Amino acid sequence: MALYPSKFKNPLINWIDSRLPIVTLMHHEYIEFQMPRNINYLWAFGAIGMLLLMLMIGTGIMLAMQYTPNTGLAFASVEHIMRDVNFGWLLRYMHANAGAFFFLAIYVHIFRGLYYGSYQKPREMIWILGVLLYLLMMATGFLGYVLPWGQMSFWAATVITNLFSAFPVVGDPIVTWLWGGFSVDNPTLNRFFALHYLLPFVLLGVVILHVAALHITGSNNPLGIDIKGPQDSVPFHPYVTIKDIFAFCVYLILFSVFLFFMPNYMGHPDNYIPANPLVTPAHIVPEWYFLPWYAILRAIPDKLGGTLAMFAAVLVLFVLPWLDTSKVKSMVFKPLTRFCFWLFVADCIILGFCGANNPEGIWVIASRLGTLYYFGYFLVLLPLLGKIEQPKPLPASISESILKGGGSVHAHGATAQPMEKA
Amino acid sequence: MRTMKSIIFAAAAVAVSFGFAEVAKANEGIELPQQIWAQSGPFGRIDKTQARRGFQVFKEICANCHSLGLVSYRNLRGIGFTEDQVKEIAASAQVQDGPNDQGEMFMRPAIQSDRFVKPFENDKKARVANNGSLPPDLSVIVKARHGGEDYIAALLTGYADAPAGFSVPDGKYYNKYFPGNTVGMPQMLFDDSVTYADGTKATALQEAKDVAVFLSYVAEPTQDERKALGVKVILFLVVFSGLMYACKRQLWAGLH
Repeated sequence: MALYPSKFKNPLINWIDSRLPIVTLMHHEYIEFQMPRNINYLWAFGAIGMLLLMLMIGTGIMLAMQYTPNTGLAFASVEHIMRDVNFGWLLRYMHANAGAFFFLAIYVHIFRGLYYGSYQKPREMIWILGVLLYLLMMATGFLGYVLPWGQMSFWAATVITNLFSAFPVVGDPIVTWLWGGFSVDNPTLNRFFALHYLLPFVLLGVVILHVAALHITGSNNPLGIDIKGPQDSVPFHPYVTIKDIFAFCVYLILFSVFLFFMPNYMGHPDNYIPANPLVTPAHIVPEWYFLPWYAILRAIPDKLGGTLAMFAAVLVLFVLPWLDTSKVKSMVFKPLTRFCFWLFVADCIILGFCGANNPEGIWVIASRLGTLYYFGYFLVLLPLLGKIEQPKPLPASISESILKGGGSVHAHGATAQPMEKA
Repeated sequence: MRTMKSIIFAAAAVAVSFGFAEVAKANEGIELPQQIWAQSGPFGRIDKTQARRGFQVFKEICANCHSLGLVSYRNLRGIGFTEDQVKEIAASAQVQDGPNDQGEMFMRPAIQSDRFVKPFENDKKARVANNGSLPPDLSVIVKARHGGEDYIAALLTGYADAPAGFSVPDGKYYNKYFPGNTVGMPQMLFDDSVTYADGTKATALQEAKDVAVFLSYVAEPTQDERKALGVKVILFLVVFSGLMYACKRQLWAGLH
């Protein structure tokens, strides 16, 4: 019976590691793992997302200990958390604001991937798992928003579940099935709570797959070229860990400003009015992180068409690795594609504003043009530009690009070198 | 340079996201008169004296129709009432309790841990007593209205004669700031509607502002604690980020 030949000297760690080489695994993936040495701070946002997921699961479990998923009690139980539970206000505001900051981090993470071509071969699987993660996040965020059972909770649940009724024949039965009845009511709240508790753990599982797939190919970098030798990379620890910790801190400062000084800024005042099925709020708007999708939904003057367009807008991301025909990853070397990318970013922002405003006048036209460009970018521009645009010449290696030809510093010896500048 | 670019990019992303939130809110706006509130801003704190005056206005006027169902009597300690005062305030209300050993429900004076006793047994009774309008619970009203305290103060002092051609239904009143301009609540605050023990002149606006401060407090009794903790947390994070940045520079310096 062979044991795993663990190289750890500590007898306890060695005993565990030779039977379950989890310490070796972690050592390999989070200490020795080679990262391109030219990654910038945009590469910290995946780790920031992970941190926020942990924060949300931690606060969420504690909130669930005090929350009551019943239409008659839910609103009051949230206020019970705010008023009677020790630091309950902190838990609840952390959970609510971390949701928005989780989305913010993931949006930066996604756009970083789009800009530097991180979805291209060989990283297609990482990207596909990432889109799946984003879908799970959206579902979890929506379900969680329903739980406080305020006016916006109730009406968001009603509007979003009703989207499914647009499908012919199967639509209405699907909606009844989702609701567990003939309107959004107690069974809906109960199942939304159960699913809101379940999905984050599914999310965590897919995150592990996302990272596992990443550790097969290694991280992309701003140049989009491969690591060609040890001079191009640094070990994950301490170089990337310290950079990520610094990025965490800066992000947490921003988070804290909202958490402590304007915790309801991103919420809607109507959600402090208990849910009332007989009173429809004047404006039903989703949270800011769903607004571009909401704009696409409303851009099509047909319920089924709008619903399909909205789903298609997310699903098109799954096939992105095959839509982009370019052989060069980073847009640093593709000025024309880069221009289209920044237009795409602007487009998503404009769609966000379209989603926030009432669908009338200029906003209808803007959301239609915005939707057109959204799909055009993926379905026309990326396939065509990849064939047409002649990329600028790529540098021979990462280290050459950084050190301008003098690249011979060996990263592994770096810690032993005297400090050159503080 | 690359670092700077990333930071600018991230900052822009943040600005845009919160721009969305701003637009989503700005959509429904009647211009409200802006008051100065001691509790606004990161370093603002509830003016407890003013909040106690506001409680007086609430107790003598608002509480006749409006409930405060999520707030406990003990929360009054947070605006400077002593334990004995709170016990006395609570004891002046009767709550139903039971069943006792004989199986009967009975009435007893409220204690500190009880929620504020509601003026009506149920919503239907509240409507009957108020021309069909339901006076909303005021526990989180400041958080549940666009404009918060400014809205409360504006609403309470916003009564006027309806403009020519605007017809106000029977049992409704014209108000400049209520959405739709007809509200079920008549003007309740006038000059000297209450007499303040501390000698503050009880103008209608003063009463409105005082009760808005009280309602701001009860909407979130922990708000001062939250802001105080925030200052400490952010100070810590700023110092800690500085240290981490220095560590990062030192580690990476060896690579260049």
